[in-house]
Amino acid sequence: MTATVARRQRTRVATTRARARGRSGYLLGAICVAICAVMVAPLVASVLASVKPTAEAAASPPTYLPHGLSLDSYERLWTYQQGLPTYLFNSLGTAVLAIAFTLALTVPAAYALARFEIPGKEVIFVVLLLALIVPYQALLTPMFLLFAKVGLTNTLVGLAILHTAIQLPFSLYVLRNSLSAVPRELEEAAIVDGASSWQVLLRILVPATVPAIVTVALFAFIMSWNEFLGALVLMSRGSSFTLPLILAAARTETSLGGTDWGMLQAGVTISVIPCVLVYLLLQRYYVSGLMSGAVK
Amino acid sequence: MFRGRRSRLVGMAYLAPAVIFVLVFTVYPLGQMIWMSFHNWSLITPPRWVGLGNYQRALADRQYWVSFLFTLKYTAIITPILIVGGYLLALLTVERSPLRRLTRTTVFIPVVIGLGVSSLLWYWLFSTDFGLINKALLDLGIISKPVLWLGVDADRSMMAIIASVVWKVMGFGMILFVGAIQAIPTEINEASLVDGASYWQRVTRVVLPLTLRSVLLVTLVSVIGSLLAFDQFYIMTAGQPQNETATSVFYVYLNSFPYLRLGYGAALSMILALTILAFTVVQLLLTRRSHA
Repeated sequence: MTATVARRQRTRVATTRARARGRSGYLLGAICVAICAVMVAPLVASVLASVKPTAEAAASPPTYLPHGLSLDSYERLWTYQQGLPTYLFNSLGTAVLAIAFTLALTVPAAYALARFEIPGKEVIFVVLLLALIVPYQALLTPMFLLFAKVGLTNTLVGLAILHTAIQLPFSLYVLRNSLSAVPRELEEAAIVDGASSWQVLLRILVPATVPAIVTVALFAFIMSWNEFLGALVLMSRGSSFTLPLILAAARTETSLGGTDWGMLQAGVTISVIPCVLVYLLLQRYYVSGLMSGAVK
Repeated sequence: MFRGRRSRLVGMAYLAPAVIFVLVFTVYPLGQMIWMSFHNWSLITPPRWVGLGNYQRALADRQYWVSFLFTLKYTAIITPILIVGGYLLALLTVERSPLRRLTRTTVFIPVVIGLGVSSLLWYWLFSTDFGLINKALLDLGIISKPVLWLGVDADRSMMAIIASVVWKVMGFGMILFVGAIQAIPTEINEASLVDGASYWQRVTRVVLPLTLRSVLLVTLVSVIGSLLAFDQFYIMTAGQPQNETATSVFYVYLNSFPYLRLGYGAALSMILALTILAFTVVQLLLTRRSHA
């Protein structure tokens, strides 16, 4: 396989280089395979640990490959404390709300910044990007006090608001750039036909910026699904825990005289699956988002 | 596009929700944190003005320095690994062959999973009696008895955590470097090939200088991310032994929540935020100069 791969290097620049380097192509191919193996190994190990039968999952020293297959670990996770459905619901609900809040706030704001003459627009834009330079980790105490006052602690809405605050600058930045890049001719024709600004946004600009909107939603989902410290601070009640929180709590829990490693890895596997799936399906949007987000 | 007084009002209406949201959920908490940092406040007693007292207290607080220096050391060790490793991976995977592309995709997978979740995975892998790392090292004859990786020795814990975080985030730098290398005009590459430059000569004299901006950018992101490290230490060592592996954010968390020293926690947050700000400014200046 490596040989065919080496032969296939036919980009303008690479061809000469590949020929010049000759045999090193095989070596580099082998390095690639080794790197892939190292990167995937921990994830594979986790999945395998999650399907070991109960006794084997708790064995010391551990086995590399499961000697038997069983979903016991998943069954224990399903009924652990408040039960997996509760934690899945909390994690997913928070992520969906965070996506909704982020889009509802940033699409119109990006529209205003890209298309309207507003006094002090540049200053407002900078203020909206403030969270880029103030780390949210530093703002958690005042956030907690504010949320406690209005009854938003231990609620999905509260956690989603925090996640929206974290994600807002990036989203606004990406959407504003994308909206600014849409040619104005279509809108002008629509305005001549008597379309309102709201219709222009919904019928012309939103369809024209779908990739940016997908990118923003994707990043909001991944951030919210994975976020740990904010959830740890805002969610103190067991029934409002998200998936990472309950798993972190379970890591030191002694069930049968020790950590339930099989159940822990079942939880890790379940947490990882949506992220990897979404990434593999929407890779293009992910990479473009990283590029535009990093080049501040 | 839309002009005139009426459309200005319409524009402001579109902007208003986001502005109000940021004022309530970012600007107001920031203001409150600054106010809190000048007060002594433990939730039970009413806040009392102490001026710079909390800041002076931090300077004399041994644990504050332990946390800060530990975080700095962690940042200083992990950042070069991430930059050099990410860059080498980018050079390897920027070539257009299916295997290289597959490698790029694979290296990037851990970037999208959560740091908390990856820490739970590595907490198990590094576990003394149940982890695969000790098992493999024993089987290979590299160690003769299981190593206590986490929570017993601060340096060894840091090594284990760095290994896990490098696995988790190296792909981030790689992807940005790949983008930067791909953006180099083809003519420049071809010209250096015609000149008969060797591969590494081209890397050091052409590719690296032309992608310096992205190197600085990834350094910035990596330094800031490492200075704010929390999840991996909370989950993998819980600050053990004796809070020696409690990072700066961890110590803010301990003061603000379990200990309820809100004023002191706010002052520590302020110091942290200002440190981050200083790094951001320095790096942005550097980035701008290299761009010009």
